[in-house]
Amino acid sequence: MSMQMLDSPNQLIYEGADWDYDKIKRAYDAIERIAFDEMGLDIYPNQIEVITAEQMLDAYSSIGMPLMYKHWSFGKHFAQDETMYRKGLRGLAYEIVINSSPCISYIMEENSMTMQTLVIAHAAFGHNHFFKNNNLFRQWTDAKGILDYLEFAKTFILKCEERYGHQAVERTLDAAHALMSHGVHRYPRKQPLDLREEQKREDERQEYNRKMYNDLWRTVPTKPGVKEAVSAVENRKALLALPEENILYFLEKKAPRLHQWQREILRIVRRVAQYFYPQKQTKLMNEGCATYTHYYIMNRLHQKGLMSDGAYLEFLHSHTSVVFQPNFDDPRFSGINPYAIGFAMMEDIERIATKPTDEDRQWFPDFAGNGDAMGTLREAWANFRDESFVLQYLSPHLMRKMRMFEVRNDASEPEMMVEAIHNERGYRKLRKALARQYDIGYLEPDIQIVDVDLAGDRKLILQHRVINRVLLDESDARAVLRHIANLWGYEVMLVEVDATTDAVLKEHTVSASSLLLS
Amino acid sequence: MNIIDRRLNPKGKSLANRQRFLRRAKEQIVKAVRDSSGKRNIQDIENGDKISISTGGVREPSFHRSASGGLREHVVPGNKEFVEGDTIPRPDGGGGRGGSEGAPDGEGEDDFRFVLSREEFLDIFMEDLELPDLVKQKIKQTESFSLHRAGYSSSGSPSNLNLVRTMRNSLSRRIALRRPKPEEIERLEQEISDLEANGTDDDRLLELRGELDRQMRRSRLIPYLDPVDVRYNRFERVPRPVAQAVMFCLMDVSGSMTEHMKDLAKRFFILLFLFLKRRYRHVDIVFIRHTHEAKEVDEETFFYSAETGGTVVSTALEEMKRIIADRYPEGDWNIYAAQASDGDNMSNDNAKSAALLENVILPMCQYFAYIEVSQDYEGGLGGALGATLGRETDLWRTYKLVAKPGAPIAMRKVRTRREIFPVFRELFSRETATT
Repeated sequence: MSMQMLDSPNQLIYEGADWDYDKIKRAYDAIERIAFDEMGLDIYPNQIEVITAEQMLDAYSSIGMPLMYKHWSFGKHFAQDETMYRKGLRGLAYEIVINSSPCISYIMEENSMTMQTLVIAHAAFGHNHFFKNNNLFRQWTDAKGILDYLEFAKTFILKCEERYGHQAVERTLDAAHALMSHGVHRYPRKQPLDLREEQKREDERQEYNRKMYNDLWRTVPTKPGVKEAVSAVENRKALLALPEENILYFLEKKAPRLHQWQREILRIVRRVAQYFYPQKQTKLMNEGCATYTHYYIMNRLHQKGLMSDGAYLEFLHSHTSVVFQPNFDDPRFSGINPYAIGFAMMEDIERIATKPTDEDRQWFPDFAGNGDAMGTLREAWANFRDESFVLQYLSPHLMRKMRMFEVRNDASEPEMMVEAIHNERGYRKLRKALARQYDIGYLEPDIQIVDVDLAGDRKLILQHRVINRVLLDESDARAVLRHIANLWGYEVMLVEVDATTDAVLKEHTVSASSLLLS
Repeated sequence: MNIIDRRLNPKGKSLANRQRFLRRAKEQIVKAVRDSSGKRNIQDIENGDKISISTGGVREPSFHRSASGGLREHVVPGNKEFVEGDTIPRPDGGGGRGGSEGAPDGEGEDDFRFVLSREEFLDIFMEDLELPDLVKQKIKQTESFSLHRAGYSSSGSPSNLNLVRTMRNSLSRRIALRRPKPEEIERLEQEISDLEANGTDDDRLLELRGELDRQMRRSRLIPYLDPVDVRYNRFERVPRPVAQAVMFCLMDVSGSMTEHMKDLAKRFFILLFLFLKRRYRHVDIVFIRHTHEAKEVDEETFFYSAETGGTVVSTALEEMKRIIADRYPEGDWNIYAAQASDGDNMSNDNAKSAALLENVILPMCQYFAYIEVSQDYEGGLGGALGATLGRETDLWRTYKLVAKPGAPIAMRKVRTRREIFPVFRELFSRETATT
């Protein structure tokens, strides 16, 4: 299609609500041109898959991945989602997109052509660009290897089920899942991860063990006496490298009585947790980036005469419901909508870059009025996560627009108090507090393994550093501790310690269990 | 860009996970199914059932902060009137309005509701039910033969001709008998015509002509394809064992049977049918209704058409006997019968019915269930009616004599819909011998 044709009013890429492959191809090409030429996006190759509502539910229940090992909890989520869906309590997402290369986007067959266009712009370009360029994703995830690794995980767990029985595998997975949120390395690794390599290494390890196995060694007499035992203890102590906040990692490497296959399962769960770790930290930005992208693209399609007015209105309707932010006193309020604030911040950055006010120049001297909105946005998308992004880019203008305020809810006081509002005195405080709301290190309780009583009964000691006197949910914490005890094989204790005063606030102890360790 | 249509991918990708989930929550689900089965209508079985189980056994715990206590700070949008330093009364219950940490109170999440499909429901409902241990899984050898490949044969229909085998035989026979190949003959002819053209070596020419003659004769004598070469695929008819059952539904439809009683009976019949259906590949149903005379009818008439007359139970038993003799030879069918009645019978018929049941019907039956339905008198009416209720009916007393230990007969009284499922379970639960 030449530009001339595009400009003439009859060159709509589609008409009517029904979609077909030709229309999608045309829409994709038009979107691609805008995304590359005007926005300068940089994406993984795209793979778009058309699925049914049932398949969408399937995808939901296995945390969005196209293949996943089998576990009852996914069945539970499916049953839950299905019930909600059938009752009409919850609609389905329009799309699911997977951080892999090629980047897989699912689109539902029920969607109208306008929705398909929107979804392609949103997922196949917006999210895709973010996955490929954001620093966190580049550092932590291996987009090329993830599907292969999941394939390996699925087969491995299936084999384990055959060999060791459903129940044993299920129990190990249960325990590992309970610790998923505490199974990530939070700090950068030396080299980018290569899951394929990882898998090969595991195969080699097992092959080596197999070759080196010689039953004779068992019969070689060892020197009796204390000396041996002491040095072994010292050795282990050195190996433990405590404190350790990655509980799954610690158990995988150091739990004394686990079988090799159980360690491998812990490793698989840990890998999956690690893969999703960046997504948890960039929800606002990821959605903001994708929403801004689809908004820009759809508007341009309409301006260029490629999209009819009717389709454009349909798009605006769903766009506005996606970025709708109810106020705190609205019955529909359930926290800040990441789409709403993400999109608002991206638009705000565009405004500051192109039409700054004096206030903006004062707050954002480095990019206010630089005229390059897309460049500024791309840089933000590449280098920040939610917390730092809010801290860096939330403007007083937006705080006023959303009429934000901070409430302090102290259980020891009779009433809640307004700490800061959207005024000169409150801006910085408000921004800091909001950023903290997105700080995963602050959101998730800080729990570390601090000690193992090696000389005694091998009791494992964990510590929760309590911030602002908010303790752990007791029944859940005990349930997780039982899982840890199952893996560790000996007694486990969790101490809740005030982070500022080091005072012990609460202790939980769970006795030894060898449920898993036959 | 790559666009792939995944809609035709195999469905039920999450089936394995669902099975794992059901297995995991088995105990609770079984309990929930038993509880709910008391309340439900049989017709609902068609729809599966929504059951709710407590989240206890299928909880997925994780370390997270509790929803109450301590100091929390929230940034929320939509300020209208507050200025710094204002106080706001705390809303009731936990996190409250400003809360961003999950449900305001844990209560709502305790129950986990989901839908069981009809098969899953029946599986669980009938899980430890068993047909009484006198099951004779009759094998009947009609209609169901399946064909299995069984090697090759030298005779058969042309459509079963096995080309590969046939040609292989032909080839080996031709090699063994040294049938000349067409090329060889062609070569000889070529050589002869060459010699004839040049005309030098007459001896050689003669020799070659003789040779050609021999070869041609040989080629004629030894056919390319001989009937002995031909092979056919052979199929064998293998009888497929068919376990089949027939279920007789006997019901008293005289004036004393109310709609409510018929409804109870119907429910019981349907349950029995579903149950048999799961045990046998093929189940026939015969409906026999009776007043003072019995008749085989279709289902619609059986349940819904009214009839007047006296009550003579033995007629129904006679009719059943006749139909069995007619269409369901004892040797080929597993015979089940369920009889529903309000217990009325002509008093002079009791002895005959008992004898018929004991000597003719029971020996033929796998199982005979007698369900006595009665009106649901809530709260008891007292007086004459109450006295009637407490008393045993004629038929009950009669059958009780027949129902000796070891006889394949069971008797139960059912008064309300609620009782249907429990009574049914009781009749077929694994441990119970016949009552």
